[in-house]
Amino acid sequence: MTAARALPSPARYALALGDDALVLAQRCGEWVTRAPQLEEDVALANIGLDLLGQARSLLTYAGDFAGRSEDDLAYLREERDFLNVQLVELENGDFAVSMARLLVFSSYQLELYRRLSGSRDATLAGVAAKAVKEVAYHRDHATEWVLRLGDGTPESSRRMQAGLEAVWPYVDELFATSSRHGDWPHPGLVAEGVAVDPSSLRDPAMSYVRSVLGEACLTEPTPRWTAQGGRQGVHSSAMGFLLAELQHLHRSHPGASW
Amino acid sequence: MSPRVSTPTPEDVDRARALAGAVPDPEVPVLTIEDLGVLRDVTVSTDGALEVVITPTYSGCPAMEAIRDDVISVLQRNGFPDVHVRQVLSPAWTTDWMSDAGRRKLEDYGIAPPTGRRPAGPVSLTLAVRCPQCGSADTRELSRFGSTACKALWQCRSCAEPFDHFKAI
Repeated sequence: MTAARALPSPARYALALGDDALVLAQRCGEWVTRAPQLEEDVALANIGLDLLGQARSLLTYAGDFAGRSEDDLAYLREERDFLNVQLVELENGDFAVSMARLLVFSSYQLELYRRLSGSRDATLAGVAAKAVKEVAYHRDHATEWVLRLGDGTPESSRRMQAGLEAVWPYVDELFATSSRHGDWPHPGLVAEGVAVDPSSLRDPAMSYVRSVLGEACLTEPTPRWTAQGGRQGVHSSAMGFLLAELQHLHRSHPGASW
Repeated sequence: MSPRVSTPTPEDVDRARALAGAVPDPEVPVLTIEDLGVLRDVTVSTDGALEVVITPTYSGCPAMEAIRDDVISVLQRNGFPDVHVRQVLSPAWTTDWMSDAGRRKLEDYGIAPPTGRRPAGPVSLTLAVRCPQCGSADTRELSRFGSTACKALWQCRSCAEPFDHFKAI
């Protein structure tokens, strides 16, 4: 028998994916009562709820390695300990910005979960297999809005294009495996079949996005800068405000429960 | 009062399964968790406690806490003091697990049941959804997201009534 090889812990990987879902769930929740239609309030609340469910499973799993609960991780970490990509923390802005983000993120997440459902890590595989059908609905929803706005009136088209311009600097980070802040995910996790190499998701995810943009008469932007560092805890100025709102109740009333 | 300490027999487990399975879904109370396929298993764990295994319909389904509490409560009232409820994600729940009785109950309640079987992979397709009020197949989707995670909002073109449709996943 071969000696048991010490696998790199999947905790940090699960945490990063969970933070993506948690932070975008918070942004979706911010739309409730402010979306363009009542049905959209309901839709974004449901999308946020799906993401929050995924976050709970992933944070619970990450916490198991360190004896911490999902609530500890969501409410009691500092900004530098959050490992989400900067795309999800970007402020909601115009509705078109949020839909541009949802199209890109759900396209990425769908490809990620499809592959992760075959992970050698049974927990990650289970969370991904559960979530893949949910995310397919998210992508359909974003697609419908991008088509409707992009191929709509001159005003809706202009604003949808502006939404893409606001989001595109953050696209690259989804698929990056290294930046000046460090590498991600741990190469050992990818080699062991636990984690998915994010660079392998770029072509399938972006070819879908491009097909939607083409049909919506929109132009893919070429950003002059790209965000990086979220996976190492480096965030934009929007993140602190988001966490203040997300965490303040729990921190103000330690131990409170429903 | 001392709680019962003997290990549940196979007959006890069958009785517990029936009791747990009859717990109604908090959001669609005409359906039991057995009808929905949310109840996966009832077994006896090594310490002699009853273990009930449930699975969520959607990752973020907020009904799971209520279902867990209801299962524990009904079993404790019926002579099973020691109950653990375990939540599993694999295999992932699908509307294919909904019983035929459950589908009929849903329709009688005014919710269009899930249509057919969704093919593997997220293919966008729309199958005819029958209006649970008048039976017409001339219906349209108003919003893919409805009053709960598992439902979409539809409207009937024949009788003009809006209705919930239990999404096929």
